[in-house]
Amino acid sequence: MPTSSLVMFEEEFKQITAVIDRLLKEANAKVVFLVDKDGQLIAASGETGDMDTTSLASLTAGNIAATGGLAKLIGEKEFSILFHEGEKDNLHISIVGQRVIVVVIFDQRSSLGLVRLRVKKANDELNAILQKLLRRVEKKPSVQENLLAEITDTDIDKLFH
Amino acid sequence: MSFINYSSREINCKIVYYGPGLCGKTTNLSFIFKKTNPEHRGKMISLATETERTLFFDFLPLSLGDIKGFKTRFHLYTVPGQIFYDASRKLILKGVDGIVFVADSQIERMDANIESFENMKANLKEQGYDISNIPYVIQYNKRDLANVVPLAEFKKVLNVNGAPDFEAVAATGVGVFETLKAIVKLVLIELKKGT
Repeated sequence: MPTSSLVMFEEEFKQITAVIDRLLKEANAKVVFLVDKDGQLIAASGETGDMDTTSLASLTAGNIAATGGLAKLIGEKEFSILFHEGEKDNLHISIVGQRVIVVVIFDQRSSLGLVRLRVKKANDELNAILQKLLRRVEKKPSVQENLLAEITDTDIDKLFH
Repeated sequence: MSFINYSSREINCKIVYYGPGLCGKTTNLSFIFKKTNPEHRGKMISLATETERTLFFDFLPLSLGDIKGFKTRFHLYTVPGQIFYDASRKLILKGVDGIVFVADSQIERMDANIESFENMKANLKEQGYDISNIPYVIQYNKRDLANVVPLAEFKKVLNVNGAPDFEAVAATGVGVFETLKAIVKLVLIELKKGT
């Protein structure tokens, strides 16, 4: 396998949530998402109530993948920031540590400049937490193995009943 | 690449439906969408052309229930089957945990099946995967049509590795859930082996 599974623990999840909660406030944004490059939603903050967060995560990853493909075609490594402007709401998408994506949804109460500034600061913090998480996963694969080793064929069959 | 979240107690996996153009990948997902309790699935997203050909991908999130207190979620994707969308297919294969190869049973589509299978192997290799160590199943779709390739011949050509395989008529749902169940099982067994 080219990359190992992404594993999230309680401690890092809390730290990540704290960072994106703060980003939400400081950027005056409506919603902040953290999405894995493969399209899995990692964490969300803000007015997510009636939002289809799963689809949003998947499409964001598709968007990043497609623009990443475009970047390579013109000799760039990646486009680390994408911005989509709507009539009311705007999307600011950026890549952290080449592995996860930060999505900020904001309206006229904020501005692109403010969002960019706050995202940059948050990205550094998020990157540090993610690096710590990756090191932890490398060091302690046993936690994960224990959980998965206990899964039996009967458990899997039960999923379809 | 699976995502195991100990905080929200979730296991997330990605399954990709691969195969030649018009073989029934989107039809598989549409049937699963129709027959699954809305509580256990999200919206199905199709990035398609005006003529309903898949342009980038279809996406269907499924929630299958708990294993050892962990919610199991599967994200089902299809690739665009048409030959010229190869760049998109490569992107969608990134981070895949399991593949369903959907083959078109019609005799005249045999070359397209082989070409697509070879393309899948090449694209997997480019992503650092090898067909011999990634969970995959094969579905022989459109078995209700008159001009189909005999099953034995199909297996000899497409399933040399002896992967689990299923006959199907995706339009009416025959074999759709059997295929899904098989790939889910293989993916979870692979996860269990340890990554």
